[in-house]
Amino acid sequence: MGLSRYLFKRLLMVIPTLLGVTLITFTLTYLLPGNPAIVKAGPFATPEHLALMEKEMGLDRPIYVQYWRYLSGVARGDLGQSSSTGRPVLEDFLQRIPATLELTLASLMIAVGLGIPLAVVSAVRRDSFLDHACRIVGVGGVAMPTFWTGILLLYIFFYYFGLAPPPLGRLSSGVPPPASFTGLYTLDSLLTGNFRALGSSLHHLLLPAVTLGFSVMAPLTRMVRATMLEVLSSDYIKAAEASGLPQRQIVYGDALRNTLIPVITLIGVIFGFLMGGNVVVELVFGWPGIGNYAVTSLMSKDAQPIQSFVLFVSVVYVLVNLLVDIAYGLADPRIRLR
Amino acid sequence: MSAPLLHIEDLTVHFHTDEGIVEAVDGIQLLVPSGEIVGVVGESGSGKSVTALSILRLIRKPGRIIQGTILFDGRNLLDLSEEEMRPLRGSHISMIFQSPRTSLNPVLSAGWQIERLIRLHKKEKAKGAREQTVQMIRQVGIPSPERIYHEYPHQLSGGMCQRIMIAMALATNPKLLIADEPTTGLDVSIAAQILDLLQEMGRRTGATILLITHDLGVVAGYCDRVAVMHAGQVVESASVKKLFRQPLHPYTMKLIHSVPRVDVDRIMETIPGNVPGLIHPPQGCRFADRCQWVMEICRKTRPPVQTLDGDHLVACYHIGNS
Amino acid sequence: MMKKEEIEIRLKRFQTLIRRLRRNSLSFGASLVILAIVLIAIFAPFIAPYDPNATDASKAMLSVSRQHLMGTDIYGRDVLSRVIHGARVDLLVALVATLIALGISSFLGSLSGYAGGWLDHLLMRIIDTVMSFPSFILAMGITAALGNNLVNVVIAIAITHIPIYTRLIRGEMLHIREREYAEAARTVGNPTSRIIFYHLLPNCFPPVIVQATLAMGWAILTVAGLSFIGLGIQPPASEWGYMTAEGATYIVSGEWWIFLFPGLAIMITVLAFNMVGDALRDILDPRMRGVS
Repeated sequence: MGLSRYLFKRLLMVIPTLLGVTLITFTLTYLLPGNPAIVKAGPFATPEHLALMEKEMGLDRPIYVQYWRYLSGVARGDLGQSSSTGRPVLEDFLQRIPATLELTLASLMIAVGLGIPLAVVSAVRRDSFLDHACRIVGVGGVAMPTFWTGILLLYIFFYYFGLAPPPLGRLSSGVPPPASFTGLYTLDSLLTGNFRALGSSLHHLLLPAVTLGFSVMAPLTRMVRATMLEVLSSDYIKAAEASGLPQRQIVYGDALRNTLIPVITLIGVIFGFLMGGNVVVELVFGWPGIGNYAVTSLMSKDAQPIQSFVLFVSVVYVLVNLLVDIAYGLADPRIRLR
Repeated sequence: MSAPLLHIEDLTVHFHTDEGIVEAVDGIQLLVPSGEIVGVVGESGSGKSVTALSILRLIRKPGRIIQGTILFDGRNLLDLSEEEMRPLRGSHISMIFQSPRTSLNPVLSAGWQIERLIRLHKKEKAKGAREQTVQMIRQVGIPSPERIYHEYPHQLSGGMCQRIMIAMALATNPKLLIADEPTTGLDVSIAAQILDLLQEMGRRTGATILLITHDLGVVAGYCDRVAVMHAGQVVESASVKKLFRQPLHPYTMKLIHSVPRVDVDRIMETIPGNVPGLIHPPQGCRFADRCQWVMEICRKTRPPVQTLDGDHLVACYHIGNS
Repeated sequence: MMKKEEIEIRLKRFQTLIRRLRRNSLSFGASLVILAIVLIAIFAPFIAPYDPNATDASKAMLSVSRQHLMGTDIYGRDVLSRVIHGARVDLLVALVATLIALGISSFLGSLSGYAGGWLDHLLMRIIDTVMSFPSFILAMGITAALGNNLVNVVIAIAITHIPIYTRLIRGEMLHIREREYAEAARTVGNPTSRIIFYHLLPNCFPPVIVQATLAMGWAILTVAGLSFIGLGIQPPASEWGYMTAEGATYIVSGEWWIFLFPGLAIMITVLAFNMVGDALRDILDPRMRGVS
């Protein structure tokens, strides 16, 4: 009973949040310098043509009408037009999302797969060498700008050691992409047995995923370590020790369970960092994702993609947090059963 | 008097903190006869909980047991390795804590927290352990035990949580149950129920109970013997009857007289001063600064323990005057 | 007009703070680093060996040497001087943005926490909505929308920081508005605004100071990140993020000093702020550990 009520409440909250998000992005779009009618009409439009275009786009209508047009447009998938590619932004997005998805997933796997075990062991073996190393990495990693880490790694492994590929994209030139199922080159090449593409795509994915993964891993490890330490010093762990349970079971059973549940909510927070860092990493490594697209469009004075990018990313962020909350509600008996 | 199940002699525990070495427990002696309920009473910081944790060898850094012997059933617990000690915890000696809600694991069901101890210590299989668990829940006075088995701590009241803790502690039939302020944080009426339950279960299972509390009323109502602790030292210990009828140590006297009474018309008494700091404690009697009969010798050397009347122990230079 | 005892108490508290900060020598060192960076920023024109904008084609792309401790870039500009002047931009932007955010948040948060009711609910809804954006993405969007200059970067960062401070102050205000001294102030007949802003608000500040110190690091990273993308800073100004972007194009030919030093400057500065922030948090409230 408690779970369905929790889920219902949570789902209900998503709608006003998403509306609020669209309101803010609409405000940002509205504030954009320049006349969007010019973008659509083209640089050779006559003043009459321009006025007609403005009327058609509803730019002379009051704000709330424009907002409604904006909202219904977004719902239909109309995210505006890109002046640099000449195509609808949505089309450009769809073409580039798989790249961003691949990078995000790989980075998340690195951050979670390395970060959480490291944090747990660090908390359990306090003041050991591993603990100190973990804390240094945590404190240092949070301070390193992601773009700098990426460039540094590129310099070391591409220029100096020649091990990494040049930051020009997802595959070496001369290696055709695998047959498309998911759009994730690594997954697709694995599925189709295309080992040449697999090798090349992994090779190109490695450094950007490591850059983004490590930058996100630092705050994650710090938070997980703090949680684990708190759990280990709690009353019920003390009581468990007094009841004669073996140390291993107490730490990796009781304590870990209590730590991992709040860590679920941390994944949501981490995702936000991931998305912020995505933009610069795609730029540094020439990774053809939506972040790269949004920023390079901006550099060519094409402002529409970036606002649609903000909208898109934020909607995804809201939905990810929703999923995280649902997972948390299922995992924590204090929420699940009320 | 039956042979002591637990005999603590000259136990000293220190904590190495940033501010200095805290001498939490200083050369205490404690005798717990088998089958009785023995109370340990004192203010916060008097060393009661540290003593309890020492028995189970649960003192962790920065604490260290410096010296002493803890004889349990003839064996000195301080001589045992961690491997030898662990099988005793939860099976021969059990402990329950204050704030029962936070002492239970919030993500495990109440029943499972009991059952896994039965499986661990009594080597029972699943079905037998489950049955015993339900039985145990019923024995500690919880109705519909099958349902409660599946509930989580946050769904239970404070009193029920404490009952579950008692079930966890007694399911393995320990010889000694240490109860560290089990009624703190509970309503007065619930507290009384819990204490009644403890007394009843002790009688039924034959377990010896070491009851740690700051409440003299609890001692008077439930304990057979009592030890009074002050600033890390046991200042007096006797049977409850003797202690209340004729307290010998000035601190005990003050404690008893400071309990407010409705039947006697008098000004409420307090004990002057504060418990001395335990980092650089005074070298003589630690009650000296608060004692109205203090003499010069009290501040110089620690008063030795004297035995009066067979089993009434006091550490004071001043006994005889009241 | 504080009484003598009040002054003594505050002085003693300050001294204890300094003493405890000193005990943890690492964070004390970090606070010295911050002091050094601030001084470098203030006295940049006197410290920098060269004019950061002076180009000299004959001295382009020189590696680290005694005349140019951090080398030169493609225009022959001395990297060290540019890094030194870069401190001004990054620190100033972060500081101004933080102060603006603090000012607005103090007002909003204390009002929301004290008044409660529909105002509180409305404000919290707005805060939640702003927080549904990843902060860097939002800062990007705001800067792009308002126009590509430094003032808008300041506004963007301030906006992304307001939610955190507002929530914090509101939380503190909720705690203390029921306390005795608040009650006392009300009984004596103080006007509500005076109660909120003169009596209660100053007591909200300790956790806010901690958060602000930690947020300074984040603000610097955001400025640098935005400049890296090309938002905010206009060339030829020296700013650490922008310089790193410039340097990035040359790693393929091996000129490492152009990107390395500005990025290193960012890292050291942010690290120092984080360490001091953590130390302050441990001192002021050990229970706050885990708040980031």
